[in-house]
Amino acid sequence: MAEPIIALRNVTKTFPGGVKAVDDVSFDIDQNEFFALLGPSGCGKTTLLRMISGLETPTSGQIIIGGEDMALTPPNKRPTNMVFQSYAVFPHMTVADNVAYGLKVTGVPTEETKRRVAEALDMVKLTHLAARKPDQMSGGQRQRVALARALVKRPKVLLLDEPLSALDAKLRDEMRLELTRLQENVGITFIIVTHDQDEALSMASRIAVMDKGAVQQIATPSELYEQPTSRFIADFIGKVNLINATVVSSTPKKLVCDARGLGRIELPHDGRAAGDIAIAVRPEKLKITDTQPKAAKKISTEGKVRDVAYYGDTSHVVVRCKDDLELSVNVQNDSRVGGSGVERGQKVWIHWAPEDTLVLTE
Amino acid sequence: MAETLKPGSGPLDYGNRLWLKILFVAIFIALYAPIATLIAFSFNTDKRGVVWRGFTWDNYEKAWNNVALQEALLNSLTIAFIATIIATIIGAMAALFLWRFRFPFKPAYEGVMALPIVIPEICMGVSLLLFFIYTGMMGWSVGMPWPLNLINIIIAHVAFCFPFVAVVVRSRLVGFNRQLEEASKDLGASEWQTFWNVILPFMMPGLVAGALLAFTLSLDDFVITFFTSGPETVTFPVKVYSLVRRGVSPEINAASTVLIVITVIATIIAMKLQAPQKTGEG
Repeated sequence: MAEPIIALRNVTKTFPGGVKAVDDVSFDIDQNEFFALLGPSGCGKTTLLRMISGLETPTSGQIIIGGEDMALTPPNKRPTNMVFQSYAVFPHMTVADNVAYGLKVTGVPTEETKRRVAEALDMVKLTHLAARKPDQMSGGQRQRVALARALVKRPKVLLLDEPLSALDAKLRDEMRLELTRLQENVGITFIIVTHDQDEALSMASRIAVMDKGAVQQIATPSELYEQPTSRFIADFIGKVNLINATVVSSTPKKLVCDARGLGRIELPHDGRAAGDIAIAVRPEKLKITDTQPKAAKKISTEGKVRDVAYYGDTSHVVVRCKDDLELSVNVQNDSRVGGSGVERGQKVWIHWAPEDTLVLTE
Repeated sequence: MAETLKPGSGPLDYGNRLWLKILFVAIFIALYAPIATLIAFSFNTDKRGVVWRGFTWDNYEKAWNNVALQEALLNSLTIAFIATIIATIIGAMAALFLWRFRFPFKPAYEGVMALPIVIPEICMGVSLLLFFIYTGMMGWSVGMPWPLNLINIIIAHVAFCFPFVAVVVRSRLVGFNRQLEEASKDLGASEWQTFWNVILPFMMPGLVAGALLAFTLSLDDFVITFFTSGPETVTFPVKVYSLVRRGVSPEINAASTVLIVITVIATIIAMKLQAPQKTGEG
């Protein structure tokens, strides 16, 4: 395995006034990764990105880029380039001048500059707008300028700060695809900061979920969704039914617990647990039936439909069970007639497989 | 049933009311009639300039050929030109400093810097006169060759002009997107390159507006100049004042009209440049 392109070692940032924006963060990012920093606003993800770019200096810790500690290196001396949230396209320069800027100020010869600018504009499909001023362009086009301007520098790492947040929904989907394609084509590491879990899940090869200045979990999108390590992550990534439970007995392979509304259940579980825990199950793993399911291995409970929300491809059904336990169920509307097949007030049974249940001790 | 409103009685329709229209015209006449009269009489053929006798350009020719007026105008333009350059540089630096840095007593400093804008001109004039006398500059500059003998007036003009530049440039900088500066550094530019390539072009409209403002202020300043000028150094407004004391002549009307035109043009350009623009949002 090649050495990581970025290695963070105990990086901490305390702002004047004592606010700890980033608290003792350590992890590696590999070559050619599409890495996402995901978290709610104020979790420190942007501060971490700015420290990697050099726009912010860490209070303590090392930021190793390409094998060199750059924690105190100014941004203009780092092999990283940034696409800003506001794009920060220079308003008084044409598109071509914007893209050429980073090469001109570092003394790249004119001929080479011309060639590289043309290449970069071609890459983001803006060649026909090279002579335009930014105020005559749409948000999406300005973002492409910002992308070309950063990529023309051939950085080792491209940093993107909430790149899609200012675009409308349709453009966002297009840009999402284009960014992943671009990353595959240029073959450099992308680090994207986002608060939007869909963005992170659909684009990134790995995601670091941050909360309150600390990294909670680093995993691939599917691991993060199917095997979250804490309640926070299970709740933050996608929708989930969180059910409080108390451990009755725990062996290395099996866990028996009393769950609210479900009674005593048996779950497969690696490792031991004790005391109060949470069990979690995703809404799409639940099945609704009119009668009690026959399969003995399933976890099941009876309830009354409280609400049905129709979303076209799926319907979200909320069922109230024993002990006021409310469970959300996603039902595929796979038949044109009848929709989800359940109505408000209807008595139903819900069941799911024990192995689809997550045990969360944190 | 609710009362129906009469057409034209809404809050934004006040301009349609007759008495307001009359008031508006009256105010305009009170403000601009003297200036209009001055300009009109600059074309008068009458020597004493009290009764209208006919149209002529002669007064402009006479004013142009008046050596004393010529010299005064040259002095005024030289002072305005030099003072504007210095005031613009100092003002821009002050604005950048106030925009860029946080330091103790910043609001106090900002207030004190803008003091020359609100201080009565007469006080400013007297204080500058005292300053020049105490430092010995009043006598020292008299013997110097032109234009160095104007140095007192230039210093005085810089002192009251630069706060105007600073205020204008500072308000322009408020609209600057700091991410532009960060983007520039991120792309490999040094502090200086960032200043010249990104910040200065953004400041430009503010700089030009501030400079034009300083130029007009300096050009037609009377009070402060009157106090700080030596016997040898006469500026245009001061010269006009001394001529008027011996009676108003159409010649002075002509010269004043020229000054009005220069000032108005400079002010219009300054206001145009200062108008809010969308640039700089990045």
